[in-house]
Amino acid sequence: MFANPFKLKKLGVLGMNKRNIHYIGAQNDRKYYPLVDNKLKTKVVAQNAGIAVPKLLVTIERQSQLRHLKEMLIGLDKFVLKPAQGSGGKGILVIMKREDDEFIKPNGQRLQLRDIQRDISNILSGLYSLGGKPDVAMIEQLVEFDPIFDRYSYEGVPDIRVIVYKGYPAMAMLRCSTSESDGKANLHQGAVGVGIDMGSGKSLFSVQHGSPITHHPDTGYDFSELKIPHWEEILTLAASCYEVTHLGYLGADIVLDKNLGPLILELNARPGLAIQIANRVGAVKRYDVIDKQAEGLDVSDRVKFSMNYFGVK
Amino acid sequence: MSRKLQVLLIALSLAFIGFFIVWYKVGVLGIPFLPHEKRSVYKIGAEISFEGKNKPVLVSMALPEPQEGIQILSEDVASSGFGYAEAQTKTGKRAEWSMRNVVGPQILYYSIEVLIKPGEYKPKLPLVAFEQEIETLSDLPDTLRNTAKNLLDDVRLRSADIHSFAAQLIHDFNAKEPSQAIKILLAQGGESKLEMISRLLKYRKILVRKIHGLYLESERRNIALTPMLEVYDGNNWQLYDLKKGKVTRDKNFFIWQHGGDSLIDVTGATKSNIRFSLNERQVPVEYLLEKQELLKKAAILDFSLFSLPVSEQNAYRHILLVPFGALVVVLLRIIGGLRTSGTFMPVLIALAFMETTLFAGLIMFILIVGLGLIIRSYLSSLNLLLVARISAVMIVVILIMSFMSILSFKLGIKEVLTVTFFPMIILAWTIERMSILWEEEGAKEVFIQGGGSLIVAVFAYLVMSYPFVSHIAFNFPELLLVVLGLIIILGRYSGYRLSELIRFRSMVK
Repeated sequence: MFANPFKLKKLGVLGMNKRNIHYIGAQNDRKYYPLVDNKLKTKVVAQNAGIAVPKLLVTIERQSQLRHLKEMLIGLDKFVLKPAQGSGGKGILVIMKREDDEFIKPNGQRLQLRDIQRDISNILSGLYSLGGKPDVAMIEQLVEFDPIFDRYSYEGVPDIRVIVYKGYPAMAMLRCSTSESDGKANLHQGAVGVGIDMGSGKSLFSVQHGSPITHHPDTGYDFSELKIPHWEEILTLAASCYEVTHLGYLGADIVLDKNLGPLILELNARPGLAIQIANRVGAVKRYDVIDKQAEGLDVSDRVKFSMNYFGVK
Repeated sequence: MSRKLQVLLIALSLAFIGFFIVWYKVGVLGIPFLPHEKRSVYKIGAEISFEGKNKPVLVSMALPEPQEGIQILSEDVASSGFGYAEAQTKTGKRAEWSMRNVVGPQILYYSIEVLIKPGEYKPKLPLVAFEQEIETLSDLPDTLRNTAKNLLDDVRLRSADIHSFAAQLIHDFNAKEPSQAIKILLAQGGESKLEMISRLLKYRKILVRKIHGLYLESERRNIALTPMLEVYDGNNWQLYDLKKGKVTRDKNFFIWQHGGDSLIDVTGATKSNIRFSLNERQVPVEYLLEKQELLKKAAILDFSLFSLPVSEQNAYRHILLVPFGALVVVLLRIIGGLRTSGTFMPVLIALAFMETTLFAGLIMFILIVGLGLIIRSYLSSLNLLLVARISAVMIVVILIMSFMSILSFKLGIKEVLTVTFFPMIILAWTIERMSILWEEEGAKEVFIQGGGSLIVAVFAYLVMSYPFVSHIAFNFPELLLVVLGLIIILGRYSGYRLSELIRFRSMVK
């Protein structure tokens, strides 16, 4: 029932307490948190630094701006509306296409302009933000997912989580939604985590609820055939977030757009620990290697180091 | 200095200071470290009444002296308008009230609180000079003196030693049909029975003294002091109750007056009377600490919680338990890895459990939160803003609580009335958080966190309601430094949580 803690330590498995004290606490200065907790801020600094993100189309900060919503949405046929400080995917509205004055959701439901105005009004008044703080609504370009993941995801958005430690990509995992996770990519809700080889982007192991599986529970496809394209580009994108956010311990969530390639969707200053189970590698082992490296290397050198060092030979 | 070493140093010095003070209080000042049973404290009140005749009044009353086995904790005088002083006379301490012009009925109050000390009781009263005076009976007429001599000779024949002599004499005076001699002595001697027996014994060169006292029993009102005689046989003092004869000196007999003078002297007034009342209350030993003379000398105790008024002391009895609840939370979360909804919500719930008792508290908590969640799920479909939503939930909580109270009162389940001890704001927030959790993460997470909170609350309750913990928390608040040190060390614990040993078990295989 219980694992031997000494064996876990030998394997370099990172626990919650150690993560909080030695990694989050020591590496992440609290003053930089708002940058990642607020998606709008993240997007602005990322765009300024030349990091690929889904393009920000419109921001709405005040209720009074809602009167001009119609003009703001001119020419926008497909987009995503989201609260800047929302959590857990709440308050996100996806519009696939537009027919005259009607906005059509992926499930075919048709919305009027006033429905969208009401959603935005709710976002602004803080319905979805932590602690009910007034929020900002952002409308961004709809990511057109690379069909390569279609077989491995059920009703949802697969994303790639890369842990970046001191600017080095240390571990990666593909998170695939399932019917059980209700289209969400959260592992503890039943999404599948697929550990990814740092060297090649190929899948290593898959876990659901902490137990190994080989095939997607809904689509039935074998995870072992999975290989993520643009791998070096993905790692470079993730690693470059270090300079922008100043966070030494960071989780970058990346999606693949079929036209634009990898895009940073979200950053996380407190990435979880399940990635270790999907990779069957203790994170501390890799962080210890990174701790021994000289500082001040540029992004491409750091990515090359990680691909060489952490890749499966 | 590394951060780790700093933390260790701070924690160790805090713990050291805490333990040192505890050691000082236990080892040097003798405060019991383990909780003790309650002890009886008796309040003896003397009520002197008289009627003023528009003249200066002087009232003098014998005061009790310190005595073996019984400790006088405090004294209290209430006498509006009268001057009060204590005077030392050759027969002992006396209280003196005085006032220039006194009209109408007056009442003076004097009360003391006494505590029977634990342990073996050895009566040991010093022999005072006036007790050794020899009686001559010279003030009596010759015939009366002869009657007395004959009586004493008669008693002598029926006795073997001093004690049996005294016992026989008292017995004779107490006889249903006293002898002619005793009748004459009491009628013509102009003395009370006590006084007469005492004089007769002294005439036979027996050392004897009069004492007045009362038995420390539960509630008594409007009683007089019991007169007693003590007779010395060269080795021991033997006590004689004027009604019962020879009695063994009892631990719970409190001597109010010792010696020959009158109990009260009132000059300048009429209808003077003195009555005593007695009441008993059970007091935890800790309460007695504040009053003990010895401990007053220690500055450290003068600065303790015992110097506060009793109601504030009671508040601190609860407040000082919270750190121990917090320690349980820290342990179960950092070492155990239990997830709770709200960091200290479990401690507050545990505090409520202490009033409601555990079982009733658990049921009420689950009922309120369960009902609240159902109603909250409807409110959620109304898309209310946060502040309005929480307020609505809070009102619903209050409604549920009052409904439960009324219903249970009608049904005669009075345990449920304690539902008011639940902090309703905390309950409202708990419902709100759980409901958000339900929407965002699903019911499973709600049960994990809700169950975790309840487990932590139950553990915190068990620790906080443990008599030993509440005893040391209040009597040794410096142990909070030790708790603080412990929590600081736990705050740097970077090892695995118990839950992680399960979570990561697949990695070991």
